[in-house]
Amino acid sequence: MDHLPNLVTEARQAIQAADSIPALDELRVRYLGKKGEITALLKGLGKLPAAERPAAGERINEAKQALGAELESRKATLEKAALEARLAAERLDVTLPGRGQPSGGLHPVTRTLERIEGLFTRVGYDVAVGPEIEDDYHNFEALNIPAHHPARGMADTFYFDATRLLRTHTSPVQVRTMKEGSLPIRIVCPGRVYRSDSDLTHTPMFHQVEGLLVDEGVNFADLKGTIEDFLHAFFERDDLSVRFRPSYFPFTEPSAEVDIQCVMCAGEGCRVCGHSGWLEVMGCGMVHPEVFRHAGIDSERYTGFAFGMGAERLAMLRYGVNDLRLFFDNDLRFLRQFA
Amino acid sequence: MKFSEHWLREWVSPQLATQALADQITMAGLEVDAVEPVAAAFEGVVVAEVVEKQQHPDADKLSVCRVDDGSGEPVQVVCGAPNVAAGQKVAFARVGAVLPDDAKASGFKIKKAKLRGQESRGMICSASELGLEEDTSPGILVLPADAPKGEDLRAWLGLDDCTIEVDLTPNRGDCLSLKGLAREVGVLNRLPVQGPACEAVPASHDKTFEVRVEDAERCPRYIGRLIKGVDMTAETPLWMVERLRRGGVRSIDPVVDITNYVMLELGQPLHAFDRDNLHGAVIVRLAREGERLVLLDGQEVSLNASTLVIADERGPLAIAGVMGGEQSGVSEKTRDIFLESAFFTPLAVAGQARDYGLHTDASHRFERGVDPQLTREAVERATALLLDIVGGEAGPLVEVASDDHLPASRRVVLRRTRLEQALGKAFAVEEVSEILERLGMEVETTDAEWRAEVPSWRFDIAIEEDLIEEVARIHGYNRLPVRRPKARLGLRSDYEARTPLARLRRQMVARGYQEAVTYSFVAPELQKTLLPEAVSPVLSNPISADLSVMRASLFPGLIRTLQHNLNRQQSRVRLFETGLIFRGELDDLAQVPMLGALVCGSREPEGWAAERTAVDFFDLKGDLESLLAMGGDAEAWRFEPAEHPSLHPGQCARLLYRGEEAGWIGTLHPAVRAQLGLKVDALLFEVRLDALTHGRVPAFMPLSRYPEVRRDLAFLVDENLPVQALLDTLRAEAGEWLSECRLFDVYQGKGVPEGRKSVALGLTWQHPSRTLNDEEINQLVDAIVNESRQHLGAELRT
Repeated sequence: MDHLPNLVTEARQAIQAADSIPALDELRVRYLGKKGEITALLKGLGKLPAAERPAAGERINEAKQALGAELESRKATLEKAALEARLAAERLDVTLPGRGQPSGGLHPVTRTLERIEGLFTRVGYDVAVGPEIEDDYHNFEALNIPAHHPARGMADTFYFDATRLLRTHTSPVQVRTMKEGSLPIRIVCPGRVYRSDSDLTHTPMFHQVEGLLVDEGVNFADLKGTIEDFLHAFFERDDLSVRFRPSYFPFTEPSAEVDIQCVMCAGEGCRVCGHSGWLEVMGCGMVHPEVFRHAGIDSERYTGFAFGMGAERLAMLRYGVNDLRLFFDNDLRFLRQFA
Repeated sequence: MKFSEHWLREWVSPQLATQALADQITMAGLEVDAVEPVAAAFEGVVVAEVVEKQQHPDADKLSVCRVDDGSGEPVQVVCGAPNVAAGQKVAFARVGAVLPDDAKASGFKIKKAKLRGQESRGMICSASELGLEEDTSPGILVLPADAPKGEDLRAWLGLDDCTIEVDLTPNRGDCLSLKGLAREVGVLNRLPVQGPACEAVPASHDKTFEVRVEDAERCPRYIGRLIKGVDMTAETPLWMVERLRRGGVRSIDPVVDITNYVMLELGQPLHAFDRDNLHGAVIVRLAREGERLVLLDGQEVSLNASTLVIADERGPLAIAGVMGGEQSGVSEKTRDIFLESAFFTPLAVAGQARDYGLHTDASHRFERGVDPQLTREAVERATALLLDIVGGEAGPLVEVASDDHLPASRRVVLRRTRLEQALGKAFAVEEVSEILERLGMEVETTDAEWRAEVPSWRFDIAIEEDLIEEVARIHGYNRLPVRRPKARLGLRSDYEARTPLARLRRQMVARGYQEAVTYSFVAPELQKTLLPEAVSPVLSNPISADLSVMRASLFPGLIRTLQHNLNRQQSRVRLFETGLIFRGELDDLAQVPMLGALVCGSREPEGWAAERTAVDFFDLKGDLESLLAMGGDAEAWRFEPAEHPSLHPGQCARLLYRGEEAGWIGTLHPAVRAQLGLKVDALLFEVRLDALTHGRVPAFMPLSRYPEVRRDLAFLVDENLPVQALLDTLRAEAGEWLSECRLFDVYQGKGVPEGRKSVALGLTWQHPSRTLNDEEINQLVDAIVNESRQHLGAELRT
């Protein structure tokens, strides 16, 4: 009993010196375990005279609690140090690039077509598609372009035989939709079209989006509003000047070409717009009664408008691409720019 | 159509600068393509006379001339042109004159000079030196003898002029002349239009030549006139040559020039025959199949029976409205001319020129419609010009016309309600009447409508909409109202089971693929190499041989794109494309939408953490499976070993969707690869889009609250046994409570007999409403093991 203070001092020193959790556990057993030295002192209380027991008991318990606290505190310190050491060891260079497959990207034409489709489908147009090898009837006849019509010379057509050809526009899809007979019609027709022309500014294949709206009471003002809205939305410029020029397509009447203020020079005049300040971007018009007649639609009751544009041309203007042929080279260095 | 602005302004001259005039025409629907000065910029060039020419004493090719420019003493000029001669009127650049830019200098200034010791004060100019013609003829420009000495050349030739080129749409054949364009400009500016007088030329002899029109439907009017005793040595006057030049027409001889001039001026194509080469009568008839004719351009054609010809009693002389024949045309020996002015209907001429590979100024006009009321006016105008320029005596006109076949005058009704409805605007009655009248229509107005009589030159106006367009056009498209279409905001259902193409594309993008868009026509050799058996349509007029056959697969385009990129140091290529492929003969054609992909190079891009391994079959298959899973119907797809001509026979699978072939996947066949000169492995797939987009709507299964039971089984099977067979057996025997089957190991090597492989599977069962007991699971496992042993020779590894 007399050696209690020495025992406590010795135990304290041992606890402070312990450098691991197992070493601490050992000390706990040695002093406070069932057979521990402090426990032994408690067990020895019975041998003391009854009068001394309470005081001695109290001292031993104090010592026990103090050592218990000492052990806990040392344990916490050691655990904290261990955690810190582990964290330090596990440090990563978080600026290294991540692992795995990087994303690819959509072709700029697809990107453009999807944007255009999105602008129209959001207000209730459907997307319609059709075959690319077409017949003379759907590509020409039904669009009021009979054989030997001078307008056949407007598009250089790829033929397979006397009547089968690669569609020169996506208008045959409009013909097919009108012939299906469900009215009103609100569609956009994106897709590949073909003309036998190949030079700096023409590729033998390119993409068009055409639109068609047929309903009662549709007029030229609706057409103008739709085209203006579309061009403002596509170029994200509400102040973009748009003008309509009389033109001729056999399948519309009245017909118009649509020019926008040059987006490259803001209408000042540059190489892209041929120094005119205007860019021709699409054609449009009111559906010709003859086209309705072929489709079996009553042109007294229904009227409609149609428009068409080249996706590559719009993509070139939107993204500043200066060479049409790049779209079909599919050079990865080009494609990656539109991811 | 190209024309001189000055010429137009002789007919009608609005108070507008050149560009403003061009803009006005453009906005009326006659798109101006180009406005260009007719001559380059130069100054100080005058008309002068060469009064004397002597050989240069020290240079064979030079002459020393004395030139009188009317300002005093003639000056000495050294000239190198071979055609300079005393007595000529020439274009003379005085000392101080500035000539057009050339390659060497801008604004080349004429100074006093000495050439081989002889003083030279000025320069005698060639046409090309003044920018009047493109080709550089070695000779000087010789002016007519009556050119006024001392007169400024620009002023005298009217060179401060522009050519305006309009790109006319096919409906506006009426504007293929100065007369038509002037009429349009007059309408736009509310100005009167004044053309040259075309009065009847009195006959000074009574000789005619018989004309027989056998096909009045195609040729409702034919006028001919004999002009006797013309002088073919006469020259076309410079003013006419200049107007022709500014209209894009080369001067040939005075008679041809005059017919071309009248065509430009009035729009009526004319033809002049040499009377001495006509026999019996001029006959307008259809050709007989196989009749031969040598055309003016020297080409001999075999005529077909739908071609209208001008013939005589011996045979065809010209293709009506297209081109004359070589033998019957005028030449320097011609003495008497038979001048033709006819109205051939558009349908008679349409397509004819193209059938013979021709396109002429005449056919261009007749196809679009030439004013049938112009025939006589044009012949009188041409006669007057001929008599002026080549002399001769005009005979009486011979006219053969069929009123029944001439286009009837058309009356088109425009309803007020329709006009307002179509353009969204109410017009004043007078405005509409006035627009139509200015356009040359006779208009009868009632409360409800306008009845317009269409002028003979407007072939494009036949229905009400045509009049609506004319009103809109003259009123101005940009002054018409703007509104938005109204539509019912009714909802429609969509097809949830269908995976949109856009989602499939995005999945490919997420998997690291770049989208490509390649031509739908490919090189036949490439297609044959990849798909020797494929049949697809062949273009009859391809742009080039290597773009001549429709693709029967997306593989050719993807492989060409791979080659393009490999040639540009891109070693890791991941591409996909969507689009139609074309299979079968034209009469039995399938146009099938596909999605295809190609990979090549390392699995991951080069990087600090990347594996350096090359991409393999199972990488590509994993990407494809991620697409198949999108429809929620992955179980409906199967891969079966099969052979495809482009693919490695041991690394190739046919895809089946609900038992039907839907695509292919595999490694490019090493032999094909070698044939294509590819140095690296490539893997490809293509799948039918209709199958890919086909899916199902999710159907909920309640979550079981009872424990799962898992058993792992390892089988030894023949190394060539497809794992699919084992999986199929297992599924068939494992009972309806099998919830998952994982293939977690395939092993060959130590511990596995030669020729066998070990396949390890983890099977999980779960019952929705009770706990499964060991006994029933053991029974299922036994069934699986027995069945696999009996049918697949599989042994359970223990």
